[in-house]
Amino acid sequence: MKILVPVKRVLDYNVKPRVKADGTGVDLANVKMSMNPFDEIGVEEAIRLKEKGVATEIIAVSVGPAKAQETLRTALAMGADRAILVQTDDEVEPLALAKIFKAIADAEQPGLVILGKQAIDGDNNQTGQMLAALTGWAQGTFASAVNVEGDHVSVTREVDGGLETVKLKLPAIVTTDLRLNEPRYASLPNIMKAKSKPLDTKSPADYGVDTAPRVKTVKVSEPPVRSAGVKVADVDELVAKLKAMGVHS
Amino acid sequence: MKTLVWVEHDGSSVKDATLAAVTAASKLGEVHLLVAGEGVDGVAKAAAEIAGVQKVHVADNAAFAHNLPENVAPLVAELMANHDAFVVPATTTGKNIAPRVAALLDVMQISEVLSVEGPKTFTRPIYAGNAIATVESSDAKLVVTVRGTAFEKAAATGGSGTVEAVSAGGDAGLSSFVGAEIAKQDRPELTSAKIIVSGGRALGSSEKYQEVIVPLADKLGAALGASRAAVDAGYVPNDYQVGQTGKIVAPEVYFAIGISGAIQHLAGMKDSKTIVAINKDEDAPIFQIADLGLVADLFNAVPELTGKI
Repeated sequence: MKILVPVKRVLDYNVKPRVKADGTGVDLANVKMSMNPFDEIGVEEAIRLKEKGVATEIIAVSVGPAKAQETLRTALAMGADRAILVQTDDEVEPLALAKIFKAIADAEQPGLVILGKQAIDGDNNQTGQMLAALTGWAQGTFASAVNVEGDHVSVTREVDGGLETVKLKLPAIVTTDLRLNEPRYASLPNIMKAKSKPLDTKSPADYGVDTAPRVKTVKVSEPPVRSAGVKVADVDELVAKLKAMGVHS
Repeated sequence: MKTLVWVEHDGSSVKDATLAAVTAASKLGEVHLLVAGEGVDGVAKAAAEIAGVQKVHVADNAAFAHNLPENVAPLVAELMANHDAFVVPATTTGKNIAPRVAALLDVMQISEVLSVEGPKTFTRPIYAGNAIATVESSDAKLVVTVRGTAFEKAAATGGSGTVEAVSAGGDAGLSSFVGAEIAKQDRPELTSAKIIVSGGRALGSSEKYQEVIVPLADKLGAALGASRAAVDAGYVPNDYQVGQTGKIVAPEVYFAIGISGAIQHLAGMKDSKTIVAINKDEDAPIFQIADLGLVADLFNAVPELTGKI
């Protein structure tokens, strides 16, 4: 079966986001951008399923600016077979993303779509679930284990109280959590090889999707700053301060 | 505006996260609740007593027993024909279901709202809480998830909502529940505890976590937490994790022990009322936000604290 893996180009997770002075958003000029870490885990899981002989082809997809090509090349260097860039300079909301991925799923007929549970910029945690609704497929979100068994996939999910396992009919949607796997680094030969793998460029209009935002960002501001308190000299002072606050056994 | 609030429950009682969602919903309009599950009469009765609730819709069906979104989302979408906003606690269950409902309604969801600023305007964290966005929906209906620590909890009693059975929905035949490993603890839950004692990678092992962190939590009647590093290293299970990708907490007192204070972790606990940090590295970022900091070797300081508190 084919596996579709959406990937997003985001501000690198090691870079501290800075809110723009005019309050219109976070400054993305001249900062390091990388693949969303949860999507990287998705690419890795797809590759492992191909190595196990479960998957036959991995298609990486990104919706974003021309530079999202770099993100797709990273996925190809890790081991994806081909890529589709749905090019747009607009910020595309999860609902519109899900509509684009639905159109691609209709055309490609994958057995699984593996997405990151959320992108670390918008923190929406919506696209996978929305795609599941639009395709009418089952969803296994926040996955820490994925096992394909015949015409089903069993997904272990990280939930508030611990872990939960569900069995889903294929085709299905999976969203990744942090402990699903540790993504590999692309080797230099594979990076070179990725340059010649096929990459198609499309537009949202090619899939008949209107990307006009439904939610308007009125402003973006800094979170309230918490200032440092006092350092205590020893445990006795800490115990005294805590007791004064009413904290004791 | 008529809201429909998803009731998070464990089959017998209403979970606290629901009460925060009720408060958020009450800022939008009339509060209706949805209790979905199997054998949930008791939950429905308890839900009807939440202050400010007008009506409780009860969908009692084996297909809803495990909150499978494939079965639950069509039920909610049908009920939304008569409601204007679906308001959901931002728990793992809520986050699983709400976007599926939103897409069925062709609505762009607003995730993890921190405040209600107007009939369609909310604030929400982006970039792991490093920025706060004020956003306004233009959709005809709203789907929002609510960050539990950002709203006061509605009173669990004092209300007198009417209870109405819903017959809609059933098994979509797409998914089934296999099993769960839910940790049973004789302690308060992380997300509603008054005191949390969290341990980090500096502990070095699962044994040391048990030896150093647990006795302090026992003595204070506190919940147990951990940093992502401690969870990744296997000291404790994943459901202990506090942080942007784990649980978001805001207790009265949060003890960060051997936790350096990665942005990821701070995003999950920086709204705690008092933060106490114990770390031997005086330059650890955790001290920049701690109200009470102690630079010391945790293996000496924490047992001493446990003895003296």
